[in-house]
Amino acid sequence: MDLSVWTEVAPHVPVLLRGLLVNIQLLLGLISLGLVVGVVTALIEVYAPRPVGIVAGAYTWFFRGVPEIVLLFLFYFGLSQFGVPVSAFFAAVLALGLRSSAYQAQIFRGAFQSIPHGQMMAARALGLGRLRAIVHVVLPQALRLSLAGWSNEFSSVLKDTTLAWGIGVVEIMRQASYIRARNFTLTLPIYVTVALMFLVLTYVGNLAIGLAERKLRVPGLEGQR
Amino acid sequence: MALLRVENLHKRYGHEEVLKGVTLAQDAGETKVVIGPSGTGKSTLLRCINRLTEPDQGRVWLEDTEITSRRTDINRVRAKIGFVFQDFNLFTHLTSLDNVRLGLMKVRGMPRAAATGRAMAELERVGLAAKANAYPAQLSGGQQQRVSIARALAMDPKLILFDEPTSALDPELIGEVLSVMIQLARDGMTMIVVTHEMGFARSVADEIVFMEGGVIVEQGTPDKMFRSPEVPRTGEFLRKISDLYGESR
Repeated sequence: MDLSVWTEVAPHVPVLLRGLLVNIQLLLGLISLGLVVGVVTALIEVYAPRPVGIVAGAYTWFFRGVPEIVLLFLFYFGLSQFGVPVSAFFAAVLALGLRSSAYQAQIFRGAFQSIPHGQMMAARALGLGRLRAIVHVVLPQALRLSLAGWSNEFSSVLKDTTLAWGIGVVEIMRQASYIRARNFTLTLPIYVTVALMFLVLTYVGNLAIGLAERKLRVPGLEGQR
Repeated sequence: MALLRVENLHKRYGHEEVLKGVTLAQDAGETKVVIGPSGTGKSTLLRCINRLTEPDQGRVWLEDTEITSRRTDINRVRAKIGFVFQDFNLFTHLTSLDNVRLGLMKVRGMPRAAATGRAMAELERVGLAAKANAYPAQLSGGQQQRVSIARALAMDPKLILFDEPTSALDPELIGEVLSVMIQLARDGMTMIVVTHEMGFARSVADEIVFMEGGVIVEQGTPDKMFRSPEVPRTGEFLRKISDLYGESR
């Protein structure tokens, strides 16, 4: 193999970065959606009456059980069949975000359940209502305890954003395929470059989460698990 | 009129009836000590008073508010009744100061600066101002319990319920908690204390209530209860428990 092809990648890097930026936008959208829906789902599973909890359980079962690429197709083509026109980007955030919420719910549920019940009682005894006791006492502890599991989920969904390629979102994989289509000799160098970009992004992301974990650490909280 | 009135309280867990009709009245400034073998409903009684446990039957009044009424805003009532737990139940993620401040800010709506001042004063009162920024895990059991007493005191409660406050402590840490409670009683705080500490009961209680099998067997002043109980079982229990826990404190 001619080594000079590797230097030919350089001019394409800005295009790849533009694609990567779309992946980052997808990531931010889907992980925020997943966080909010995941916390709410976990709260329902732990605290709501049983029938409601069963509905939440069915929800996580569905989104953990269907392949991501199928979810993407369902949301993109499915919604438009119902007369809801969605952009590929929006469909990807929705499909991958709800899928992530199901996994995040599992992380948060375990964390909620690990907070000693006595603290909830103490909060109620002070006169805090149930929801406010959860917000001020259970949630801050549960979120801290969730960070380790959450960093796993972060790494996982970061890579999943490339699946949006399948419904035509012009993200990094699609940009890579455009470049490759014009010059097949670049196939390997291009995908190696894409791989390197994701490695850097995963590293930086986990570094940030690790920093947050250290900053938010409270003596005695990890020990109670 | 009594500050707190409990009328014919019943509570059943499955087949077991834990409270079989408990009636008592408590005046402001009074310290009542509830004693009795374990599993006789003492803790359940305390929890039914502020409805941490929902009683099956019976009524509870705090002054002219019926706590057990469905129409009563239970959170407002609870804010007026302090509760000190056997295992402290401090909020793990908060410092001593924040543990004491939480209720002031989130329940009473006090501004941060005022809440800080009040919380520091209460930590001072239990001798822990120096530990304001320590987390529960950095405190001994005795210190944790004193913070939890400060947390209750900060709310300006009309009444504090103590549920075996020294039972989870190492023997050498019991004294520091008891001395805080003794001072509170002398300052005129209204308290109901479930405990096995007979020394405390004898020296501080205005009235001792002996419970067994979900009912009040006998109640009276420490003098009467220790010297001339009417029910033989009361004397027998007091002798046993005094031998066990001592009353020299």
